[in-house]
Amino acid sequence: MLHRRLWMVLAVLLTAALVLAACPAPAAPGGQEAAPEAQEAAPAQETAPEEEAPAAEEEVIEIEYWQYNFEARVKAMDKLIEMFQAENPNIRVIHNADIPYAEFRDKIAASVPAGVGPDVVTLFYGWQVAWIDAGYLVPLPEDEFPIRMVEEQFSPMVRASIWDGKLWTLPTAVRTLALFYNKDLMAQAGLDPESPPRTLDELREMAVQCTQRDDQGNFLVQGFVVEPAAQDHHWFREVLVRQFGGQPYSDDYRQVMYNSDAGKEAWRYLVSFRTELETGDKDLFDGSTNAFLAGKVCFHVDGSFRLGTIANKAPDLNFGVAELPEYNGIKSTFGSYWTHGITKKAAADPKRMEAAVKFLKFITSPEAGALWVREVGELPAQIEAGSDPELLADPKLGAFARGLEYAHATFFVDESKQRQVLIDAFDNVVLAEMDPDEALEIAAEEEQAVLDEFWGDR
Amino acid sequence: MRLTLHQRQVLWAYIFLAIPVLFFVVIRWYPTLLAFNISFRDWNVFEASGPWVGLEHYRQIGEELFKPRSAVRAAFWNTIRYVVYGVPSQLVLGLAIALMMNHIRRFVTLYRVAYFAPYVTSAVAVAFVWNWLYQPQTGLINQVLSALGLPNQPFTKSPQQALQSITAVAVWQNLGFAVIIFLAGLQQIPEMYYEAARIDGATPWQLFRHITLPLLNPVIVYLTVLGTISYLRMFALVQNMSPQGTGGPLKSTTTVVLEVYREGFSSYNMGFAAALTVILFLLILLITIVQLRFLSQRVEY
Repeated sequence: MLHRRLWMVLAVLLTAALVLAACPAPAAPGGQEAAPEAQEAAPAQETAPEEEAPAAEEEVIEIEYWQYNFEARVKAMDKLIEMFQAENPNIRVIHNADIPYAEFRDKIAASVPAGVGPDVVTLFYGWQVAWIDAGYLVPLPEDEFPIRMVEEQFSPMVRASIWDGKLWTLPTAVRTLALFYNKDLMAQAGLDPESPPRTLDELREMAVQCTQRDDQGNFLVQGFVVEPAAQDHHWFREVLVRQFGGQPYSDDYRQVMYNSDAGKEAWRYLVSFRTELETGDKDLFDGSTNAFLAGKVCFHVDGSFRLGTIANKAPDLNFGVAELPEYNGIKSTFGSYWTHGITKKAAADPKRMEAAVKFLKFITSPEAGALWVREVGELPAQIEAGSDPELLADPKLGAFARGLEYAHATFFVDESKQRQVLIDAFDNVVLAEMDPDEALEIAAEEEQAVLDEFWGDR
Repeated sequence: MRLTLHQRQVLWAYIFLAIPVLFFVVIRWYPTLLAFNISFRDWNVFEASGPWVGLEHYRQIGEELFKPRSAVRAAFWNTIRYVVYGVPSQLVLGLAIALMMNHIRRFVTLYRVAYFAPYVTSAVAVAFVWNWLYQPQTGLINQVLSALGLPNQPFTKSPQQALQSITAVAVWQNLGFAVIIFLAGLQQIPEMYYEAARIDGATPWQLFRHITLPLLNPVIVYLTVLGTISYLRMFALVQNMSPQGTGGPLKSTTTVVLEVYREGFSSYNMGFAAALTVILFLLILLITIVQLRFLSQRVEY
């Protein structure tokens, strides 16, 4: 009896599935129908007659702006929006910053089929290609945002926003990596807390010297903790590989090249902290970042955004920030940024598009960048604001700002997958006792497959 | 047309019942069925619809299943392992505890609450607490091990132990449900069967083997089917107990549902994710049918 009923359920479900399969794909609300045209509509804005502007003054245009919830950024953006609206009384910007980071992409994805969502959106630069590829972002109008202007006035890493000959997004601020060091722990280990490691060799030596264990071999203080899932996969790709004389990717970022001899040497340097020198273990104290905040780690590679976290969660931590250690006379750092793009929702309506462009210009101006440094502690994306002598002399921010001129931003096609291959490579060495070179070869092969899959359709 | 009082009552009953049915149809069944459609398309969420690609995603999944180090392959294998480790442990432990609780007469409610509490606790909260317990070096379990002079264990940090460690938490969490259902089942068995058997000189093992176990069959089938389904759908614990929610280390804890989530919401391969969902759905359906067919046996005395 029971299974006869089950078979009936199965039959009904399969029939329904077949019927549905024959239907068109999930219909989207009207707003989304404009999707294919949106891309063409955007360049059309360039020729939109200026005369339309005065007429628009009578009606108030509402545009929606979304970013994920990060308190300092939300406050800074509130201030910018206030200033912008004072200058442009006919534009109202609705600021949605209620979404936590972990859900941000899900919510954006869910908003699209619903026909709602932002006109201007802030996204991690590593997600750009996926969003552009999906037709969600429209290129920034060339007359308002000439590529040459970006190349001349913005930090070189911002070139990661140029794709397919067009500029797609623009940031207010950027971040770089630097070396955080715990002064108290250095002093405790007999090191001079005012002279942090300047080279990779010094980092090794000092990390070993700083490490302390109890009688049972448990870590009390970790000298240096490698955690690829945090910032160390960036440190490896864009810093160590270059310093050991290699190149992480081909110039167009279509070909993985970190599995070269130089890359392998860089990789062995990285894993040696865990395997040979045993200066720390990422699985202890809830990860390298939390361990540094808890005062259990001497040296830590992290981004400028961490200054805010420390100020919040560990205000008493006695730490300094230095430029990343150099090697072979080569300095490098990884740069990344949250960047603002205009969506196809804005592009569907010329008036919204015009308002979105104005808003974007405002929040990417040097003045906005300067406000951002004060409020958020992130570096201005504009070179002019970034090379401010006062900023360079700042004991904490200075090291990051000096990195702006030699920072590289990786062009990711799928950031989480590309990060995962290096996490797995590290785990393969540490947990599966694989030869480091072999683990790196596997990582390169897997990442190349991700790149090939992406570029294959193009 | 005039309705009798009874007819009117029935009509109202249907009207009230229609509301939850409507809810299920629109909010649950319709989107579920849409997943079938999406699985035949290359859809990345941002577009209104994606091009029809037929069985392409299913072919890719088939290919992945034979690739070494493939996350999809690991996901299917791990999911099966969760079921194989989790379901029997839950049944055996659940029955053992229920048998013991069936004998006690004092503090019964207290014990029931204690065993049932984890079941109604959010999986995320459970995962966090167990993450702390499992912490290397500083976690409670490792502190106890150290105090006893035993070597520390990496638990969720090691590819060899992670899956079992997470399964143990799932079993702990679901145990209360199994215990309560077993208790209900045990209390359904008439005491006179046992009395009659004892008079005939049956040993306690014989009582258990020939009376308790056969008469619990419907309960065992019910718990096996539900347990299997829940382990096939493992997600929240893995998402919250593996490093960065990736199903690691080294894909050792990832599950089919976790890969669905990662493919869908981090790589935006909705079609591929939907195809995985459909396969999981068919797998659950198949296993359930097989279990119902082969485990059910009517026992009457």
